[in-house]
Amino acid sequence: MLESMQTGLYGLTAGVNYLFTQGGPNVIMLLIAATLLYLGVKKGVEPLLLVPIGFGCMLVNIPLSDLMESGGLLRTLYDMGISNELFPLLIFVGIGAMIDFGALLENPKMLLFGAAGQFGIFLTLLLALALGFPALEAVSIAIIGACDGPTAIYVASQYAPQLLAPISVAAYSYMALVPIIQPPIMRALTTPRERIIRMAPIKKTVSPQTKLLFPIVVTLVTGLLAPKGLPLMGTIMLGNFMRECAVVTRLQKASENEIANIVTLFLGLAIGGTMEGHAFLKPTTLMIFGMGFVAICMDTVAGVLFGKLVCKLTGGKVNPLIGAAGISAFPMAARVVQAQGQIYDKKNHLLMHAAGVNTGGQIGSVVAAAVMLSVLKGMGLI
Amino acid sequence: MDNEKWAFGLTMMVVGMGGTFLTLWVLGLVMDLLKKIFPLVDKDGKQS
Repeated sequence: MLESMQTGLYGLTAGVNYLFTQGGPNVIMLLIAATLLYLGVKKGVEPLLLVPIGFGCMLVNIPLSDLMESGGLLRTLYDMGISNELFPLLIFVGIGAMIDFGALLENPKMLLFGAAGQFGIFLTLLLALALGFPALEAVSIAIIGACDGPTAIYVASQYAPQLLAPISVAAYSYMALVPIIQPPIMRALTTPRERIIRMAPIKKTVSPQTKLLFPIVVTLVTGLLAPKGLPLMGTIMLGNFMRECAVVTRLQKASENEIANIVTLFLGLAIGGTMEGHAFLKPTTLMIFGMGFVAICMDTVAGVLFGKLVCKLTGGKVNPLIGAAGISAFPMAARVVQAQGQIYDKKNHLLMHAAGVNTGGQIGSVVAAAVMLSVLKGMGLI
Repeated sequence: MDNEKWAFGLTMMVVGMGGTFLTLWVLGLVMDLLKKIFPLVDKDGKQS
């Protein structure tokens, strides 16, 4: 009987024992989980994601909980929607249902800003290769520069699942840090005269038919040019088509509310579940965070420089600041542009132009990922 | 970085970035075309 009591007692103390003997990484990760929760709850940094990620991280780092073992809660969530790419795609349906592409359709040339804003992806790819990462890992890291969480998760879960945790945490963290990262770069690359350029007000010229056909045409064109990215573009445009056709309001509302909310919770918990200390705390993680930062800085640099080029070509009709919105962080990047513009001229309203560029960046990031995957397929690497 | 990696990286840079610009440029043209085919018509039947 004494023996069975001893083994029972061992079961109660095994977790604490593990923590003190070999649980150093778990302790560090518990602190990181606490930081994520603090940032989400107290600082309002992407709380919808950082709270479930932080909590998932805490759960998986409590020793011997087996939550990421076969049959465990977090492993089940991971297998259910991350390893098969379902969760990011469902979130894309919700994003499509939320976004109004009207501002972009008013001036479709703004899409080119969305292309310039993806430059960081390709530069970071070279950097990752130079640092010794294999090709598919380098592509997955570079996609942080898309500044788009679901796209990063979609690519990383397929081609570098071992790096999924740092890539997704970096992607969401930097998206949240856009208002801090972008303004210094925007100021450094523009002159005071450029920052006060007022752009002509946008006239309403888009018909409901154009808005309705837009998601179908985008799906067809991008699907034909870059078929490997069709799941990404197809789901975002499905959501947008439901929004514009206005006959499936219940589905649209469900996509942007209930489905997106439930999937965000599951996705966050599953990502947090991949942050087990022994697997997460590696020099690679720090390198990924560093490269993600470079990617987003270079996106902004390329966007603003492209804005300066367009400003010159149009005889000063375009404010180069809007180039910074050519990333996928919607609508945060557009708001940053508006705020920066108003620092130098309180009556300068760049928001609608920046929103057009920003939705172009949303499409641009998905197109960049789709193009990369299709090129990889063409090269026989996937 | 060995030659193979350079070749891969530069291919992705040129074809990837170029492909992204090309795809978005084509999309822009198609969107302009859509606007021309389906112009906004106001209540009086006039095109904007």
